[in-house]
Amino acid sequence: MRLLLCLLLMIAAPVAAREVTDSAGRVVEVPEQVERVFAAGPPAAILLYILKPEAMTGWPRAPHEYERPYLAEPWRDLPETGRLTGRGGEANLERVLQIAPDLIFDFGSVRDTYVDLADRTQAQTGIPYVLIDGRFENTPAALRLMGDILGVPERAEQLASHVEQVFARIDAILDDMPEAERPRVYLARGPEGLETGMKGSINTEIIERAGGRNVADDGGATRGLVRASMEQVIVANPEIIVTWDRNFFASVFDDPLWQGIGAVQEGRVHLAPTAPFGWIDRPPSLNRIMGLIWMAGLLYPDRWQGDLRAETRDFYELYYHVRLDDPALERLLEWAEGRPPE
Amino acid sequence: MGRGTTARVSAPPLAWSLTTGLVVGLVALCFAALMIGPYGLTPGEVLAALLGRGEAQAQIVVWNIRLPRIGAALLVGAALAAAGASYQALFRNPLVSPDILGVSAGAGLGAVAGIFLSLPVAAIQGAAFAGGMAAVGFVTLVAGLVRNTDRTLTLVLVGVVIGALAGAATSLLKVLADPYDQLPAITFWLLGSLASVTSADILPALPAVALGLVPLVLLRWRINVLSLGDEEARALGVEAGRTRFLVIAAATLITASVTALAGVVGWVGLVIPHIARMLVGPGFGRLLPTSVLIGAGYLLVVDTAARSIAAIEVPLGILTAVIGAPFFVWLLARGRRGWS
Repeated sequence: MRLLLCLLLMIAAPVAAREVTDSAGRVVEVPEQVERVFAAGPPAAILLYILKPEAMTGWPRAPHEYERPYLAEPWRDLPETGRLTGRGGEANLERVLQIAPDLIFDFGSVRDTYVDLADRTQAQTGIPYVLIDGRFENTPAALRLMGDILGVPERAEQLASHVEQVFARIDAILDDMPEAERPRVYLARGPEGLETGMKGSINTEIIERAGGRNVADDGGATRGLVRASMEQVIVANPEIIVTWDRNFFASVFDDPLWQGIGAVQEGRVHLAPTAPFGWIDRPPSLNRIMGLIWMAGLLYPDRWQGDLRAETRDFYELYYHVRLDDPALERLLEWAEGRPPE
Repeated sequence: MGRGTTARVSAPPLAWSLTTGLVVGLVALCFAALMIGPYGLTPGEVLAALLGRGEAQAQIVVWNIRLPRIGAALLVGAALAAAGASYQALFRNPLVSPDILGVSAGAGLGAVAGIFLSLPVAAIQGAAFAGGMAAVGFVTLVAGLVRNTDRTLTLVLVGVVIGALAGAATSLLKVLADPYDQLPAITFWLLGSLASVTSADILPALPAVALGLVPLVLLRWRINVLSLGDEEARALGVEAGRTRFLVIAAATLITASVTALAGVVGWVGLVIPHIARMLVGPGFGRLLPTSVLIGAGYLLVVDTAARSIAAIEVPLGILTAVIGAPFFVWLLARGRRGWS
């Protein structure tokens, strides 16, 4: 099968090609020059936008009006192309062929379903399809691998070392912090705040990475998104609650059910901005590095050294290619303080 | 003559003892459910909290979380069983469930649209209620326009069509929804849950359900007659069309209100009337209260399991299906002795 595939590719790709090994261990032939790339899902699109926006062929979902000021000029107007993977893949393969990218890539899970999907799409379209592991810990490696494939190794190295630097700063303050003393965090999703991700799920990785303990922990029996009941949240009694849901955030301080919870009593419920992408999740991609910087400051206000204003400005410039003016930056910081724009 | 007198004398005590037994059992279940939950409370602490004593958090757990949830479970179970019993009598078919005319599909579409537009919780519930009512309204309207002699069959078929259409629209919204944010919320809603119920959610549903139950109780004799068939009903002086419309309106009001509250909870309205019929026979006057009591108790047990068997909330729709499906097969296997 793989041999046949390689043969097919050799016939289909007469231009200079090289072999790369992706995160799933698949050996894929990619052209020497990768100029047009199709991102299979939102996480991949963000990675591509950050690394090499010139290579983008479109967005899986066109940016909303409120997200546009935080994206750079020529690329925020790219068309919507749909997504190939993830829940509800709807991109049309013919349209992908019409776009004629040099490469398709996905950033996220490298489980068998996705490997199989990649193999099928590659066989069907003849376009090389690369899978990159999207786990948080793998971010620097993913950046370097993708930078190599896209032909932007210096940019990838710059970003990877920034990510490693953020990781290292957090590790330094966690060094003498035993697991049992780290703050207990609940990530509230949904308008009622009663959806969450179990410990170990990709949706809540940021909690552990920022040095918190996820209160939704059943020893690894369940992974992924689950529903919680109010009573379970009361039993868990988190010290800190993070969310990006404005409906939930707007009601949590008035809702009598939440008043007995430590995080609410201490005022430690925090709203994450979602422009242009979510700070803590949604989707789980490099956008979470911004959330990591923010969350480390929330979890360890006494130990974390950093100026959120300056770091936010730098992050948006380095990652998203936008130099935020003062009002835009102010809106973002107010949002992170719990006063989202209308 | 003598036989008739005996039957008339002996039936009420039996019925009364059954009803009393069910009520006592239900009260006992409520107390048991009040004691169970992840927040560790001893029975003594629960009683103290009920009387307004003890620590504040325990009082919140008992008064604001467990009691509303028990109330909601009773209400939803009772309502779905009542609607199921009415529909089964109306359509003269034991395989009918409350969502046959598209109320769940319509409510689902309403709620999904609400989640898709990122509305607050109360608005999502309102949209679900409106969606359920609108779907059935549309079905009766379309069925009224179709010229067909078999009114019941027309209604059911149009119900299937509208239900499928609403399902397709729901799927479209799921495809368009943000997969990292809205899609999980949609999935959870469509599986049904009482995890986030508060007394503020129950209050609007309560009068709506009561309003729907009143005509069902008042029309119990006509519903019995209707279950004989339109021709027979006309012979007995019952105007089938108007009664049918009233029953559908009442049952839809009931189902849409509780679906807005709990999400889509299947199987209750299908299975519970069967159990009730096994106990009291097909007479609607006794079938309705028995269904209501058993339905309330059943959903209370299922919801208590949903919140206590795992570290996470198990969606209600999954549990009711897992319990309901094999039970229904068993019912089918032992023949439909209870039906006629």
